[in-house]
Amino acid sequence: MVNQYETTAAPRGEGAAAPRVDKAPPSAKELKSRTWRSRRYRWDMKFSPYAMLLPFFLFFLAFGLFPLLYTGWASLHRVSLTDPNNMEWLGFKNFTRLLEDEFFWNALKNTVTIGLLSTVPQLVMALGIAHLLNYKLRGSWFFRVAVLTPYATSVAAATLVFVLLFGRDYGMINWGLGLVGIDNIDWKNGTWTSQLAVSSIVIWRWTGYNALIYLAAMQSIPNDLYESAALDGATRWQQFFHVTLPSLRPTILFTCVVSTIGATQLFGEPLLFNDGASPTGGPDHQFQTLGLYLYEQGWVNLHLGRASAIAWAMFLILLLVAAVNWLIARWLRKSEGRA
Amino acid sequence: MSAIVTDRVPTDEQQSRPVKKPRKSKAGKTLYGGKWTYLVLIVVTVLSLFPLVWTAIAASRDNQRLAQTPPPFWFGGNLFKNLEIAWTDANMGAALWNTTIVASVSAAGTVLISTLAGFAFAKMRFRWKNFLLFFVIATMMVPPQLSVVPLYMLIAELSWTDQLQAVIMPFFVCAFGVFFMRQYLVQALPSELVEAARVDGASSWRVIWHVVFPAARPAMAVLGMLTFVQAWNDFFWPIIALTQNGNPTVQVALTGLGRGYIPDQSVIMAGALLGTLPLLLAFVVFGKQIVGGIMQGAVKG
Repeated sequence: MVNQYETTAAPRGEGAAAPRVDKAPPSAKELKSRTWRSRRYRWDMKFSPYAMLLPFFLFFLAFGLFPLLYTGWASLHRVSLTDPNNMEWLGFKNFTRLLEDEFFWNALKNTVTIGLLSTVPQLVMALGIAHLLNYKLRGSWFFRVAVLTPYATSVAAATLVFVLLFGRDYGMINWGLGLVGIDNIDWKNGTWTSQLAVSSIVIWRWTGYNALIYLAAMQSIPNDLYESAALDGATRWQQFFHVTLPSLRPTILFTCVVSTIGATQLFGEPLLFNDGASPTGGPDHQFQTLGLYLYEQGWVNLHLGRASAIAWAMFLILLLVAAVNWLIARWLRKSEGRA
Repeated sequence: MSAIVTDRVPTDEQQSRPVKKPRKSKAGKTLYGGKWTYLVLIVVTVLSLFPLVWTAIAASRDNQRLAQTPPPFWFGGNLFKNLEIAWTDANMGAALWNTTIVASVSAAGTVLISTLAGFAFAKMRFRWKNFLLFFVIATMMVPPQLSVVPLYMLIAELSWTDQLQAVIMPFFVCAFGVFFMRQYLVQALPSELVEAARVDGASSWRVIWHVVFPAARPAMAVLGMLTFVQAWNDFFWPIIALTQNGNPTVQVALTGLGRGYIPDQSVIMAGALLGTLPLLLAFVVFGKQIVGGIMQGAVKG
């Protein structure tokens, strides 16, 4: 008790931090109020951290953890959207059904190809743009804001424009290709073409954002590294490959993970790219992603249980991808250490 | 992190500058961009802005003109007519108002909740701290699709369908925000400052109000902007929780545009323009801050 009291009150007398200095010996009343204060102080130290975390964890429990676990529970049942409280136990049938479901495999394949088609060019271009933005430039802020504007455009608005641009008969892109003698391409109905078109929307929206993240990381690379590399006679390209890229490795890994998560969840672009915003992903399901398939099963076919099973499958795939990412990162670090 | 460190030791650089200067021109960092740099960046800029500009062009034409080749490259005279149709057809007035509320409340709530939790993780001592922090970070991996089914059942049970809180509440689960604020406060808020305030007899809540909030303001602004943009553009959950004819946000309303027998593309573009314009205006005004914020967040996160 006494210790508590002293630790809280002693610096007061020293006066550096507090303006008031107590000179008279404390009266009984004051002592009492001080013990009260020190007790309040201890309670404060003990409980206020939890109070500060409380809002977050309350929302997390209600809208994060509970739904997560309940999805697992629902995936083991037959649940209809029209009567979600009436659940019928199915065991793992929703999952085994999924394994034999050609549309699931199709959606998985599409998600992977669209994911690769969108993520790889996006990150590579972002690196290049960041490298250019890292030069001393006139109007550098203008360029930075300009490349970020697609990020401010919503999925819906961006996709609606791209649908027009990729139009078969009157689209700007086919018109441009026509100028160099290429016949009109039916972007929406082909498998590769539609996936390319959907990927291009993702690329357009996110390249600038990733470029700025790379740029930030590039600017925090200490200049000495470049100087010593230049002293050793490294050309600008060599500097880029031997100084910039290795220093960016954590950032690159970070953007890879984030883009992968985004690609796995791809939903709005393929939904709106289709006629009438239906979740089939084209007449032959040629650009139906897992996100769309989940939505179709749950909110069009009214099978919430199957939708939950797809959700868990997506989560498992994400974990797998994250593990692969991590392994590659570790392998890179090791091989770097040896070199 | 290292950006901060280099910022704080300018004396070193200043002292060695005369020696280093001739070499610096060779180092990758301080090089001036050449002709090609500008050329490529201008192409990138055009590609970034073109779809947006063309949205406006298409919105100012009519459906017949959009069904001709070559496509239009300059503005026509139908902009206000199309905007008006989109405004009434898609219930855009209500949608814009709804989206403004959703984005503002989500941003404000997220910032507040994240700052409190972030401060606790950064500067307070309590039991299970590391475990809880790990838990928070792990939840960043969970895709929103995973919780969509029970969330839908939950809001149906609470009869929140078509009500804005159904869209706002899940936004408050902001693991990224908590992590972001923690990373910022760990190094931006000196522990001595917190100690000093405590010594002066301030309770935790006064510390938060008078010490943490002022110190965290830049990061709070960044997080607020990021959340605002994200909430404004959010698509997956709103399209499930809200209906087009009930109480839509802009993104939900947009999906309902032009579903007629022959969709009027120019009206659809006008709607897309309406939904994007507010954020674009914000970008014109706050562009520098937003860019700075994203870059700051990237280095610290």
